[in-house]
Amino acid sequence: MNSRIGRWVVADLVVLVVALFPVLWIISLSLKTPEQVGDGRLIPSKFSLDNYEAIFEQGIFTDALRNSIGIALIATVIAVSLAALAAYATARLDFPGKGLVLASALAIAMFPPISIVGPLYELWRNIGLFDTWLGLIIPYMTFALPLAIYTLSAFFREIPWELEQAAQVDGATPGQAFRKVILPLAAPGVFTTMILVFIFAWNDFVFAVSLTSTSAAQTVPVAISQFPGASQFQQPTGSIAAAAVVVTVPIIIMVLLFQRRIVAGLTAGAVKG
Amino acid sequence: MAAIEFDDVTKRYEDGFEAVKHMNLDIADGEFMILVGPSGCGKSTALRMIAGLEDITDGELKIGGEVVNDKAPKDRDIAMVFQNYALYPHMSVRDNMGFALKIAGEDKETINRKVEEAARILDLTQHLDRKPANLSGGQRQRVAMGRAIVRSPKAFLMDEPLSNLDAKLRVQMRTEVSRIQQRLGTTTVYVTHDQTEAMTLGDRVAVMRAGVLQQVDTPRELYNNPRNIFVAGFIGSPAMNFFTAHVEDGKVRLPFGEIALPQGVQAGGDVIVGIRPEDFEDASFVPEHDGHLVFEAPIELVESMGSEIYAYFAVQGSAAQSQELAELAADSGMADVPSAAGEDAQAVARLAPESSVKAGDKARLALEVGKIHLFDPSDGTNLAHRGG
Repeated sequence: MNSRIGRWVVADLVVLVVALFPVLWIISLSLKTPEQVGDGRLIPSKFSLDNYEAIFEQGIFTDALRNSIGIALIATVIAVSLAALAAYATARLDFPGKGLVLASALAIAMFPPISIVGPLYELWRNIGLFDTWLGLIIPYMTFALPLAIYTLSAFFREIPWELEQAAQVDGATPGQAFRKVILPLAAPGVFTTMILVFIFAWNDFVFAVSLTSTSAAQTVPVAISQFPGASQFQQPTGSIAAAAVVVTVPIIIMVLLFQRRIVAGLTAGAVKG
Repeated sequence: MAAIEFDDVTKRYEDGFEAVKHMNLDIADGEFMILVGPSGCGKSTALRMIAGLEDITDGELKIGGEVVNDKAPKDRDIAMVFQNYALYPHMSVRDNMGFALKIAGEDKETINRKVEEAARILDLTQHLDRKPANLSGGQRQRVAMGRAIVRSPKAFLMDEPLSNLDAKLRVQMRTEVSRIQQRLGTTTVYVTHDQTEAMTLGDRVAVMRAGVLQQVDTPRELYNNPRNIFVAGFIGSPAMNFFTAHVEDGKVRLPFGEIALPQGVQAGGDVIVGIRPEDFEDASFVPEHDGHLVFEAPIELVESMGSEIYAYFAVQGSAAQSQELAELAADSGMADVPSAAGEDAQAVARLAPESSVKAGDKARLALEVGKIHLFDPSDGTNLAHRGG
């Protein structure tokens, strides 16, 4: 019994170290001064917040942060709203061509992004979407939709149909029944989906680097890759590390905020348990 | 409150299956109407058509004199209690009960007053701020009832509302439902497959089979004058006994004796005889054998209930066969027990608790001759009804 617990503790520790050590290292790097960067020590001999001050003084990073937050949030909200409607329809209704719709949605998700970046670049330049927020929101939304539809329809299918019928008999329109009964119950699913879509949009590099060129729409991953050093002989290692830490924080906050809702089984007690 | 009227209503699914066939039923204002029948008989479909959750293929459905075929559920002003209660799990009991009022745009004060009044009637006051997940089965059932009664709708529709409760609670809630309905006087349509609920609750009971209405009557009429063999076999517990018999020269030749053909019945040849268990009695308790047929029965099994005794005996070579009986057997899970025409029939007699019959004995039983029912073996109709 004890040895079993012991083995689990060891296994968990290994996983934790493997997963978190790089994170620790990048945090450590972000707190070092340029002279310390190459010293190979985990705990800096001298802590400094210079790197953080530096990146927030550079317009390139703050602009990119603004772009990243705006683009990822808008893409997430639109994708999840559309996906909620589509998922509800596929979960509840039997209509001709339903299989085809789902299959083509899945097919889109299977496209490697790199294969459509070239055409998109040409297209966007011709219709004026190149280097705009919309130019990134559209591909993010498109790629996130299939995933969102599949996740959400699984959640919708879990909700007993009687609840919706009860709402209708209680005088609700189909829209009210959806908003006041179905959606709150699917909330854990909606939040899970939102986080997945947000992370996808937040992390993307391929689209962002190809379809933007200036601080008008450049997102953080692109901006980081283009950080200038203090001089042409110096690597901007510290700034990159600090920026990496800063962009990780929103994701961590989101997951922490919503983890209870993600885990909670909200439908408990709906029907005879 | 309103009357509900089925006028030649048919429900046909896309695959051609007819769940309800040409149903005609008038439910009076304030009446407690039970729809009863084995599973798949169309009773729930009929109820869901009243609610508007199921389209009507043919015919007209009226609520309060108004045709509602094309009205959405929300515009029909009816309340429904679902079999699994369908409570909104993310809302407190108070919000569950007030949901319909809130949708209807009532002000907060009115909603609170009505919800609290309903909670008082249902003894839910101390649970108003709890979530359904934290309630017991009986409490959830009461919340489902409460959600219906706060609205003072035109009609209550109840779809097997007690079937998820344990036996004791079910009996308790049965009287509760009856009490509430009498107090509010709201038209109620109640679907059940349990004939006991049907008999105890309803002003009138509509028995359905395979989408067809068999008989609509008061519980007493259904019990005493079933129109056909299906109603006879479905209503009553233990169920009516059926035997084959032969009618000749104004006499009915039963497997265990001969009696005169009841007055007003015109029959000849083979018939099916139906006898309720309580129409047998231990012959020693029947002082005058007037109007009784006394015979010897080999008792196979005796079940003592305390207040009565069920004595099972075999009747040689007289098992009755009809499609209706086969269906009843299938519904009660008895289909696996083979019983072909010509085989021995199992019969049960309900005797006074003082009776001293024992398994293995030959007991003298008395049959009250005037209480037997005769059915046409070809279509199952009660010959007394057909005769006039």
